[in-house]
Amino acid sequence: MTCDVCKHNQATVFLTQIVEGKMQKVNLCESCSKEKGVTDPTGFALADLLLGLGAAQAMEGGNSVQKCPVCGFSQQDFKKTGRLGCASCYETFAEGLQGLLKGMHKGTKHDGKFPARMKSEIEREQEIKTLKSDLKRAVAEENYEGAAKIRDEIKQRGVET
Amino acid sequence: MAIHNILINSGEWLRSEGPHHQIVVSSRVRLARNIRHHSFPGWAKKSERLQILEIVKTAVESLPEMAEAHSVYSQDLSALEKQVLVERHLISREHAAKGVGSAVVMNKKQTLSIMINEEDHLRMQAIRSGLQLKPVFKMIDKVDSELEERLEFAFHAKLGYLTACPTNVGTGMRASAMVHLPALVLSEQINQIIQAVNKIGLAVRGLYGEGTEALGNLFQVSNQTTLGEKEDDIIERLNKVILQIIEHEQNARVTLLQKKPVTLFDHIGRSYGILRHAHSMSSKEALNLVSHIKLGIDLGFFPEACRHPIDELFMETQPAHLQKGSQQKLAAEERDTLRADIIRGKVGTFPVPEIPKNDGDAASGEAAG
Repeated sequence: MTCDVCKHNQATVFLTQIVEGKMQKVNLCESCSKEKGVTDPTGFALADLLLGLGAAQAMEGGNSVQKCPVCGFSQQDFKKTGRLGCASCYETFAEGLQGLLKGMHKGTKHDGKFPARMKSEIEREQEIKTLKSDLKRAVAEENYEGAAKIRDEIKQRGVET
Repeated sequence: MAIHNILINSGEWLRSEGPHHQIVVSSRVRLARNIRHHSFPGWAKKSERLQILEIVKTAVESLPEMAEAHSVYSQDLSALEKQVLVERHLISREHAAKGVGSAVVMNKKQTLSIMINEEDHLRMQAIRSGLQLKPVFKMIDKVDSELEERLEFAFHAKLGYLTACPTNVGTGMRASAMVHLPALVLSEQINQIIQAVNKIGLAVRGLYGEGTEALGNLFQVSNQTTLGEKEDDIIERLNKVILQIIEHEQNARVTLLQKKPVTLFDHIGRSYGILRHAHSMSSKEALNLVSHIKLGIDLGFFPEACRHPIDELFMETQPAHLQKGSQQKLAAEERDTLRADIIRGKVGTFPVPEIPKNDGDAASGEAAG
C-alpha cells in the first residue's frame, strides 16, 4: 500500500478516526507522517490531513481538464494544494465539491451571517424572481393590465424584461 | 506604535483572568473572509496580492478598534519577531512564512489581530483569557460588520462566505479554547476525552494548532465544521463541551487526590525540584514541568502569589520569547541554559510545596499496591 500523501513510499502508519459516525482512514509513509505531525495522536486531527487528499479524491467525479473561466485554476491544482483559486471556482467545480462539502460539514447550506449589502441583493434577486414568474402567469392568463404593472415593477428594479 | 512595544508587552489574554481561567487559558474566534472578484492569495498573481493588501490594510486601519493599532508588512518583521507573534497566537505559523504581499494589524491590547493575505485575504481573530467564547465572538463579529461596510466580501447565497479551503466555507469561523488538563493526562483519561470530543464534530489539537504536539498538557478544542450551522449555535455547542471538559478535569483532580495522592505529590514535587535546580532545559521539558506546578497552585500546594510568575513562564520559556531579549540568535544549548536560568530565578523564590497530610487510608493503599 502506498502513502496517501506522497503516493510514492510504502505506507507504514495507518490511521482511523470516527467523526460523527463516519469513518475516515488514511495511510502514510514514515516521513510524511512525521511531516504532518502524526507522531502524537493527541495533538492531531485527521480531518486536517484528509483534506487535500480525501478532497482530491472526492473531486474525481468532475471533469478533470476543466478550468475555472475566471481565474484559470484547474482540478489538478486543487489536488495539489487542497485549496481553490477564487470564489468562482465554487461554481466551476460545484459538481465535484458537492460530495466533498457534504462529507466535511454538518450541512450543505449556509445558515449563518449574511453581509448586510448581500442580504438586500439576495432579497432583491428573490423579488425579481417572484415578479418574473408573476408576469409569466399574468401573460398566460391574458391579464395584460396586470402584466404591464408587473413589468413596470421589474423595470423599477433596473432589470429588462 | 513600534513593533518593539508589542513584543515587550505581553497581551491581555496572558493575564489569567476571566471565568474558569485556572483551566481555560484562552478563548479565540477567527473569521476567514475574501474580497469579491479577486483570486485567493495562494493563487493570485503578486500584483493582485499587493493591490488587495493595500485595499484591505487601509480598511482595517480605519476601524475604530484599530485606533491604536500596530500595522506591519510581513517583510518588515524579522524571523524572530514573527516567531514571538506565533507563540502569542497573534499570527499563524503559515502567516509567519509569508513575505512581500502580506501584513498583520494588531490592536494595542493584543486582543484583536487581522492577518492580510494568509490563506484567505482576511483572517481576523479575537482572543481573551479564560472561557469567554461568546464575548470574543461578539468582538470579532462587530469588526466583521464594520469591515463589510468598507469591503465587498465573496459570498454565495447557498455556501455562505467563500474561502480558499473548502473546510472553512460557510461561516468561515473557527472558535477555540485552550485548556490545561494535567489531571486528565496524569490519570490517562485524556484519550477517552479526545475521542468523545471528536465524535461530536469538534477537533482537539496541540498547543500550536494543526498537527502540533500537546505540550504542557495544553489542548485546543475547536469546531471542525463551518457549513450548515449558525455561528451562535457553534459557539454554544463548543461552550457546553468546554464546560464539561472543565468538570472532567476537576473530577480527575479530586480522584487523583483521593486515590493516587502519592503519584500526584511525586509529580509535583519532582517538577519543583527539577525546575529549581536544573541548569539546562528544553522548551518541551519546561512546559511539562511548569504545567505540574500550575496544577500544584490550583490545588493549593503553592501560594496564590506563584500563579502569575508560573503563567508567565509558559510564554517566556518558548524559543522566540526567550531570545527576544538577546542581541544575537542563540544556539539550542545556549537557549536551554538561558531557559533554566530564567526558571530558577522564578521558581527559586517559591516555597517548598505544602503537601496536605494524607489521612492514611488512600495513600497507604497505593503504597501497598
